[in-house]
Amino acid sequence: MDQRRRGDPSLDEARLRQQAIGVKLRQMFDEVVNEAVPDEFLEILKRADERQQSDKG
Amino acid sequence: MMEPGAKNAAADPATEAAFKRELVGLIPHLRAFARTLAGDPTSADDLAQDAMMKAWDARASYQMGTNMKAWTFMILRNQFYSEKRRSWRQTQLDQEAAERTLVAVDDPSAPVALDELRLGLGMLPPEQREALILVGAGGFAYEEAAEICGCAVGTVKSRVSRARKALQGILEGGAYDRDGASAGDAMRSILADAERLSTVR
Repeated sequence: MDQRRRGDPSLDEARLRQQAIGVKLRQMFDEVVNEAVPDEFLEILKRADERQQSDKG
Repeated sequence: MMEPGAKNAAADPATEAAFKRELVGLIPHLRAFARTLAGDPTSADDLAQDAMMKAWDARASYQMGTNMKAWTFMILRNQFYSEKRRSWRQTQLDQEAAERTLVAVDDPSAPVALDELRLGLGMLPPEQREALILVGAGGFAYEEAAEICGCAVGTVKSRVSRARKALQGILEGGAYDRDGASAGDAMRSILADAERLSTVR
């Protein structure tokens, strides 16, 4: 906790701003992560899996 | 190095099923990463689907128990850049449109601060933007981000640090021109939002 050892309050301010940007960055990313996955993704994967099963059998 | 008993994801049906479950769990993250690279949601989902299928096809080369998230992100990134190289001529011709989609915001009701952040990110050099997103939003360690990007750890660290500085400068300085919003408004709004979010948590 010696952020102010040089008596520079702008250091704290800069850190605060970087933290705020970090929070927004994660929010932006998580917004997409939390979206429902379109059915297409699972359908494509399922088709590939079935294709491979039938190749084996 | 292969641990004793370590197996590739195609070793047997049970292992393959476990691999598939983990891959399905990563789809939301692949979509989010693709969105930061491709910009518009439709081509981002195409990219995420291609990456998912490449990972599935390459499962025999994946060792169970290693970092699957980093592995799939690396596949997605390689896919993005190889497609980009293929369509280089087209990209050149369509440069202006590409720049528009990169910073496109679909939801008109999106909070202003998020909007400004996207614009700011769009102004960073691609390698800085990517490093910042992987470390700052994707939750990767510097070492993992370096592996994904195929560069040295020190390079990732310096890219993230430069990206942070540049982004803060953009947001504070109002380097863009947007609906007459005055310089510093974006940063104020981001600070206010971050405070609200952290008190909710």
